[in-house]
Parts: sequence; C-alpha cells; structure tokens
Amino acid sequence: MLNFILRRVGTFIPTFIGVSIISFLFIRLLPGDPILLMAGERGMSDERYAQLMTQFGFDQPLLTQYWSYLTGILQGDLGLSFRTKRPVWDEFFTLFPATLELSLCAIVFAVVLGIPAGIVAAVKRGKWPDQALMTTALVGYSMPIFWWALLLIIFFSGMLGWTPVSGRISLMFFFPTDTGFMLIDSYRSGQAGAFASAVEHLILPTIVLGTIPLAVIARQTRSAMLEVLSEDYVRTAKAKGLSPFRVNGLHALRNALIPVITVIGLSVGTLMAGAILTETIFSWPGIGKWMVEGISSRDYTAVQGGLLMIAVIVMVVNLLVDLLYGFINPKIRK
Amino acid sequence: MSGADSTVQEYSRPGQFKEFWSYFSENRGAIVGLCIFVVFIIIALFADFIAPHSATQQYREALLQPPFWQEGGTTQFLLGTDAVGRDMLSRLIHGARYSFFIGMVVVVISAGSGVLIGLIAGFSRGWVDTLIMRLMDILLAFPSLLLALVMVAILGPSLMNAMIAIAIVLQPHYVRLTRAAVLQELPKDYVTSARVVGASKARLMFVTVLPNCLAPIIVQAALSFSTAILDAAALGFLGLGAQPPTPEWGTMLADSREFVLRAWWVVTFPGLAILINVLAINLMGDGLRDALDPKLKRS
Repeated sequence: MLNFILRRVGTFIPTFIGVSIISFLFIRLLPGDPILLMAGERGMSDERYAQLMTQFGFDQPLLTQYWSYLTGILQGDLGLSFRTKRPVWDEFFTLFPATLELSLCAIVFAVVLGIPAGIVAAVKRGKWPDQALMTTALVGYSMPIFWWALLLIIFFSGMLGWTPVSGRISLMFFFPTDTGFMLIDSYRSGQAGAFASAVEHLILPTIVLGTIPLAVIARQTRSAMLEVLSEDYVRTAKAKGLSPFRVNGLHALRNALIPVITVIGLSVGTLMAGAILTETIFSWPGIGKWMVEGISSRDYTAVQGGLLMIAVIVMVVNLLVDLLYGFINPKIRK
Repeated sequence: MSGADSTVQEYSRPGQFKEFWSYFSENRGAIVGLCIFVVFIIIALFADFIAPHSATQQYREALLQPPFWQEGGTTQFLLGTDAVGRDMLSRLIHGARYSFFIGMVVVVISAGSGVLIGLIAGFSRGWVDTLIMRLMDILLAFPSLLLALVMVAILGPSLMNAMIAIAIVLQPHYVRLTRAAVLQELPKDYVTSARVVGASKARLMFVTVLPNCLAPIIVQAALSFSTAILDAAALGFLGLGAQPPTPEWGTMLADSREFVLRAWWVVTFPGLAILINVLAINLMGDGLRDALDPKLKRS
C-alpha cells in the first residue's frame, strides 16, 4: 500500500510542475506587452517601465522568473489582482466557499437521485422504467446547462415566482459570514427567514450544476449494477431465498458502488467547468464567475491564479480518489 | 447458420459494414439519433434554400414578435423574431451550419493530431512515451471548459479560436485511447509477422496497426463531436466564441439573455436546437459503442 501511495504521489509532482508552468506561461503568452498589461497604466514613461520591469522581475532570465513564481505559489503568493490590487490568493479563498457550497449541494443532489435511478434501471433492465430513466439520463447528459438554467428561470422564477433569479441570499439580511457557507452562516445568524432565503437561492443553481453529474452517476450506477448482478455470489444470495431488497440493496449495491465513487470523485472537473456557466447565469459570487469576469476585465493575474488553483484542486481530489480506490480495491495497487 | 455444413467455403463472412449495421440497427435509439442527425445535415447543407428569410436581415416593424401560434404572431415569422427583428427560424436553420462546421473541424483537428501522437507514444515507448503521456496528464488536469476559456483569452475571442481551443482540450483523450489500443495490438502475431516481413515503421503504424485500433477512436469521435458543439455554444454564450451577428446557437442565447422573462421564444429555441443536436449525436455514439466495442457490448 505504501508503495502504491508513493508511486501515485510521484506522478502528482511532475503534473503539478507542468500545471504551474502552463499558468506561468499564460501571462507571457498573452498578446501585447505583459508589463503594460500587468501595470494597467497608460502613457508610461521609460523610467517607470524599467522600474516595473525590475519590480515584476521581467529583467531576469525566464528560468529565474519561473523559480520565483514557483516558490511564491508554495508560500501562498499568487501576486496582486490588476483590478482590485488585493492578493489573488485572498480573493480566491474569499470566493471559494461559495463555489464549494454550490458544488457540494449539486453533488448531493446528483447522488441522492442518481444512485436510486441507476439501481431501478438495472433491476428493471429492458423494461419501461429502465428505458424512461436512461432516456432521461441521456437528455441530461446532452444538456447545454446554460440554457437549462434559463429555462428553469423562465418557469420557476418568471411564471411561478417561486425562486429568486440571482445571488446567494436576499439583500434584506445582513450578518457576519464567518464560514463563507451561506447555509451555515444564515442558520447561525438566527435571523428569521435568513436560512430559508439562502435555501431558496440555492435550489436552481444546484439543479443546474447537478444535472450532468446526475446523468453520469445514474448511467454509471446502472452499468455497475448490471455487471454485479450477473456475478455468482448474487445468484447464490438469490438461491438462498433472500429478499430482493437484501440481494439488490446489500449484496450487489455495495460492490457496484466502487466504480460509482470514482465517478463522483472525477466529476470535480465537470463541476468546476459547470460552475463557470452556472455562477455567471445566477450571479453567484464564486470562483467561476470571478474567472469569467477576470477574463473580460483583463485581470490576468487573477485568471492565472484561478487557473492554477482550480487545476490543483482537481488534481488533489483525483489523487485522493485514486488512493481511496487503491485502498478499497487491492487489485489496483499493482 | 447451418452448422451441419462441413464445407468451409460456403461460409462467407458478412461484410464488415453489414456486420456493423446489424449491431447498430438493433439499437433503436441509435437509429433515431442517426435520422435526426441526417435531417440536421440536410438542413445545414441547404440552409440557403430552406430558410424563409436571411439570417441577418432586421425587420424593424416586427421586434420580438412571438411565434405564429401565439397572439401577435404571424406566419411570416413562424418562430417569431428576436430583439432586432431577425427571423428566429432562419437564424436557427443557418445556425445548424455552424454547429456541424464546429463539430467537424474540432473532430478532425483533435482526432488527427491525437491519433498521430498516440501512435508515436505507443510505438516509441521509453522517454518519448513518458514525456507525451505526462504532457497529456497536465492538459487533462484542467477542467476542459476552463482551459478552453483561458486559451481563447490568449488567442482572442472568435469562432476559429474557440474551435482550436476545444480541439486542443479534447485531443489528450485520443492520445490515451490510441496509445492504449496500440499497446494492446503490438504483441499480437500479425504485427510480429508484418515486422518480420520487413514492413517499415510507418507502414506498421498506419497500415498494420491503426485499422485495428479504430473502434474506440470512432466512438470517441462521436462523443467529442457533441462535446465540441456544447463547448463552442458555451463559449459563445460567455461571449468568447462566435461573435454577433453570427447565428451560432450559443451566441444567439447570449444575445437573448436579457429577454429571458419577456420573450421565451428567443431563449427556448436556440437551446432546444443544441439539445436535440447533441442528443442525436450521443444516441448515435451509444449505438456505435455497442456495435464497435465488443468489450462493452450489451451492457
């Protein structure tokens, strides 16, 4: 096991270095002079230009620049945002809880609906519930989620007036946001209606962001269940006269869940990509919206920092999933 | 199926296409997908003849006119008009062209380069292989849409750049698939015999091995066709893909966002077009996988 962990972590490091090189090169690949871009000043004198060049370290060889960038990252220094002049690291972690809260809700939504749907489809294989569920899953999988968000807004916010259109909580409420998780903060504030308002604001974004993971989980659960249901030990369990619930629920599901857990872990990338669209549509103040705004307002240090941080988060989660998988399934460790 | 016959001569193996078709056509969804796909292709090819109006002409007297079945709608504009009075139906029909163009270009670039790199990695092994695979790992560490977004920021927002970015993002999947398939084929006898006969490396790669690796690559091509359409629409929606007034479906959605609560049709139809198109291709992809990939058959 230790060997497996070391080997897996060993592949993590070169990938991390590669990812940091890509984000390092990002600003240098942009069209235009990076110093003018980073300073965001117009009509700059030659002295000022030279001064900035030294300040940003652009007069150093590329390798030295990269080295100081890398050591900066490891100390939590991602530079200053062009737009707000605040440290990118701080901005990222101020906004990250919003994205994390939304992503967690989305994945819970996807798992709670997706796993039962997959089980039902597998048990009723080829019959109408299977066909209906799998057709729905394929529609969900093919969904342009930015359009799906607009449709839900038209229906639930426009026609029925049930849910708000944007933001994390109604502007009426004001309380300290210690944890950054609106559900927890609003609950702890003790203000009447605050928690309900936070929940209302979460519903549509959760559905939108959770749709594709839901479809993927349902499809994966079904095929994993089908594989397990044809195993000998399931037949034995049936032959022993166990109830269908015990056979499907306990014997089969436990083993079918292993690949499903992997799929859940690997959907972090999907969630991050989805967050870009979902947060933009619902004005959700998280990382995705921040990245899009960073690109449109040419806040390139923010984009650079966000790119790196998101990739690192995805990589760390994938690493953990792999390790967990190796822990559950000894065959993988080879 | 006459197993009693002993003469081997009488069995003629069904043609490859026929065998493929018999599996493919068993999947009803795949056939439905194929039919829709063909209809879309016809619409895309003959857009100029089918569309009742031009895609960019603005009818100033008919702004945000609803579809014909709603009050205030006319049969002149069957699906209504957008905020500057352009015919929705005509724009959607012309949009089909962009969709296919995007899908084709992205698949050709990403599959072409990915298969080539995958072949090189699989055949060369050693440090070349390691280097290539590590590079692909790095590309795969970024969520695809995010990487495409950042690349478009570097290259500048346009449809062409969006397609290049998406192709680069999708390419690692081909590299991995091709390499894995090559590694599976290499130790087989037919490859060894071709090598013994003296086939050159290029011949081994492209003539001997590649045709036997095609099944997963074709399935991946179908998948990335639909991903390309979705991602290009998403980039268009974020203002980083095709630029207005191009009637690309994602860009049309971006244009109509502010009317979401006032004029449902300008929002509903472009997205529906994307969904149906992508769904049809994914249905076909499932059928292709069932027909081509024996390991996944009948799951």
